[in-house]
Amino acid sequence: MDKPFAITLDPGSSLANLTGSWRTLRPIYIDRLPPCNAACPAGENIQGWLFHAESGNYEKAWRSLVENNPMPAIMGRVCYHPCEGACNREQVDSAVGINSVERFLGDEANKHGWQFSPPAAPTGRRVLVVGSGPAGLSAAYHLTRMGHQAVIYEAGPLAGGMLRFGIPKYRLPRAVLDAEIKRLTDFGVEIHLQTKVTNVLEAMKDGFDAVFLGVGAHIAKRAYIPAGDACKVLDAVGVLRDMEGQQAEEMRPRLGRKVVIYGGGNTALDVARTAKRLGAEEAIIVYRRTREKMPAHHFEVEEALQEGISIKWLTTIKEAGMGEDGGDIMVEKMALDDKGFPQPTGEFERIEADSVVLALGQDADLSLLDNVPGLVVNKGMIEVDAGMMTGHPGVFAGGDMAGNERTVTVAVGHGKLAARAIDAWLRGETWTPPPRHELATFERMNPWYYSDAPKTVRPVLDIIRRQSTFDEVLGGLDETNALFEARRCMSCGNCFECDNCYGVCPDNAVIKLGPGKRFKFNYDYCKGCGICATECPCGAIKMVPEEN
Amino acid sequence: MSFQPVKFYQTGTFTVGNRLLPPEERSVQSSDKRFNSINSGHRACQGCGEALGARYAIDAAMEATNGQVIAANATGCLEVFSTPYPETSWQIPWIHSLFGNTAAVATGIAAALKVKGQTQTRVVAQGGDGGTTDIGFGCLSGMFERNDDVLYICYDNGGYMNTGVQRSSATPAAARTSTTPAVGSAPGNVFGQGKFLPAIALAHDIPYVATATVADLRDLEAKVRRAMEIRGARYIHILVPCPLGWGTAAHDTIRMARLAKETGTFPVFEAEYGEIKSVLAIRRPLPVEDYLKPQKRYAHLFGKQPKVDVIAHLQAQADRNIRRYGLLEKNH
Repeated sequence: MDKPFAITLDPGSSLANLTGSWRTLRPIYIDRLPPCNAACPAGENIQGWLFHAESGNYEKAWRSLVENNPMPAIMGRVCYHPCEGACNREQVDSAVGINSVERFLGDEANKHGWQFSPPAAPTGRRVLVVGSGPAGLSAAYHLTRMGHQAVIYEAGPLAGGMLRFGIPKYRLPRAVLDAEIKRLTDFGVEIHLQTKVTNVLEAMKDGFDAVFLGVGAHIAKRAYIPAGDACKVLDAVGVLRDMEGQQAEEMRPRLGRKVVIYGGGNTALDVARTAKRLGAEEAIIVYRRTREKMPAHHFEVEEALQEGISIKWLTTIKEAGMGEDGGDIMVEKMALDDKGFPQPTGEFERIEADSVVLALGQDADLSLLDNVPGLVVNKGMIEVDAGMMTGHPGVFAGGDMAGNERTVTVAVGHGKLAARAIDAWLRGETWTPPPRHELATFERMNPWYYSDAPKTVRPVLDIIRRQSTFDEVLGGLDETNALFEARRCMSCGNCFECDNCYGVCPDNAVIKLGPGKRFKFNYDYCKGCGICATECPCGAIKMVPEEN
Repeated sequence: MSFQPVKFYQTGTFTVGNRLLPPEERSVQSSDKRFNSINSGHRACQGCGEALGARYAIDAAMEATNGQVIAANATGCLEVFSTPYPETSWQIPWIHSLFGNTAAVATGIAAALKVKGQTQTRVVAQGGDGGTTDIGFGCLSGMFERNDDVLYICYDNGGYMNTGVQRSSATPAAARTSTTPAVGSAPGNVFGQGKFLPAIALAHDIPYVATATVADLRDLEAKVRRAMEIRGARYIHILVPCPLGWGTAAHDTIRMARLAKETGTFPVFEAEYGEIKSVLAIRRPLPVEDYLKPQKRYAHLFGKQPKVDVIAHLQAQADRNIRRYGLLEKNH
């Protein structure tokens, strides 16, 4: 080649210069565990399903969601959403309304009649599930997905357990409950109603290889309160149960004009709000400790107060059925001692009450396990291992009967966990939980990149209608604001293909693999500066020391 | 206003790309078909802001002209690290000029293209702050004054970095360089000297003047695109942090550029014919300390006895920028 004056070499490309050899730190792509997923008792991959909802593909989002939880429309109404409490977005503006998007997806599925994807090939194994509450339904669903035949024996006249007989209609409309249960039976879950299991080992002889117990906790705890004949003392579980079923209107509990509810949990609030809707002029909650110590959720207390429920903090009931017509109760003021325990003060007060409802917690009925060897019962709850198996091999348990934290979501999580352990046990293996990714904490993110977008507030039912009807209190989102809400997700710890790493690399050492395929590093040229890791909005890149 | 950010998406248009945006609204840098005008294997330091800024700007110019760009490049970091003989990182026609005459060389190329009737081919001149504000200033001012059809891009890292971090007329006050050491009663670069070249370019009343940083990619690309729509002399001044000269961590390059903008230290605006048309407003106002502290070139301000008077002086400069350019006003 004829070269110009003073030129002795052909032009070459700098690609010959492998600058990757300069590197002391190496960037790697990782998936960190989003705090919402870490907090979800049902083990939902929330970031995962929001990712699909963000692009408006609600069916794909729903399918991703139901891999872990078959009842999004129910969860979107009754779950206390610990995910939102953990959400990193709280530190930017306010938490993502995960619960409202979940409800939107569940309602979309019901509207469009989406069905679950077909289960795995039949294994020929049969598993008995006792109880059709959230734990039982969840276990049966996951077992069915794995190809096992799940058969639910339900003692009651209708399926749903506490979802139906414990949660008032204004929080969970029955049409929603029925639709999600029907989808489960269409999927292949068998439910036998009015089939009470009195002896679990006997019941297993119907050709079952394993059993999951989810009988719940339906027996109300009592407290001794001296009461005259005229006073009505009822229990909360009974009151809520009587609101349900095929009973006629006149069978509804008669609580009278003035109702006193004793207790400070969510059930106490449910009863108080139900009483108000049944026409009570006054519903008073009597609780022996302070508002801060109340186990009920803050937003439920708030909603109840809005509806005109009054709450007497630091008060106990001493005696009921006093006065000439037996329509009074005697309460005593309490005061917190140094250790934070309520102590009587000797200061008394009379209040009018046509009925007193005790909402002091519930116990599980464990009589069906009387003759099962190996079982350990502790404080009225059955002891289970990490895979929800009781001391008796092949007998698994979950839900309210096996846990301190008694919520629908915990029960759904128990059901899923048990199903996985049962599946392993049926194959003669022991289920071990997969290793968890490290947590995607806020410090690992770069919040600069998220645009300002405050949370969408769900419409709340008019206060007048809330006091007189059982219409649902909390409204849902429509398509536009559900999409907006989903797009507020910061995708903590998981790549959402924002192209930042690809764009900010001064050495073009990030290779874009195309939609859905994320990126990879070109270590021939990556100098290890770490700009990609610093500028990754969601913290999905980690710098690790280069070996040698 | 040339660039309207998209709001109310997960990240809006703050990130390089966004899978939720329609393709036509995505940045040039997010495309897997971008030109990569400056290729891998260049010998810039780890985390070099100038290598990044050059790719952002030239890729955008290539996109805007269907790949019809010739670049003249002053001596400086950018030239040294991209073309050690016989290698080149450039994937565009590229001419290395002297340190001080890049604007004149680009003028010549533009004149030659005009004579040949190839006016669809556009000319970009580029250099660092040394080659632009000091050594090449005469040629540049001439290019502006004659309104030659050239886009001049200055990558401002505040000093002569590849020769050992010497002071330039773009080095900020109080910054330590090897020629303005942090010694004596007034350590670092003196106050009252130096120049802000975008304001001088404005005074030439040329068709287009803009500033940008590597922290706001979408804004930078929009400005290059706008510049390529215009004929005549155009000037874009891009702040490109230098980990070596500023004494910052290699991974903090974009963060430093962002802090410079958010504290008001570096005003980001665009102007046509001497009139400011838009500013990139400060999103989260911050005190200048947040920008100064991570930089070792200002370490002498933050010893056991912080030099509060000097910091206050720098804050006053930033406040003046904020006032002068209206950096806190939304929708300028």
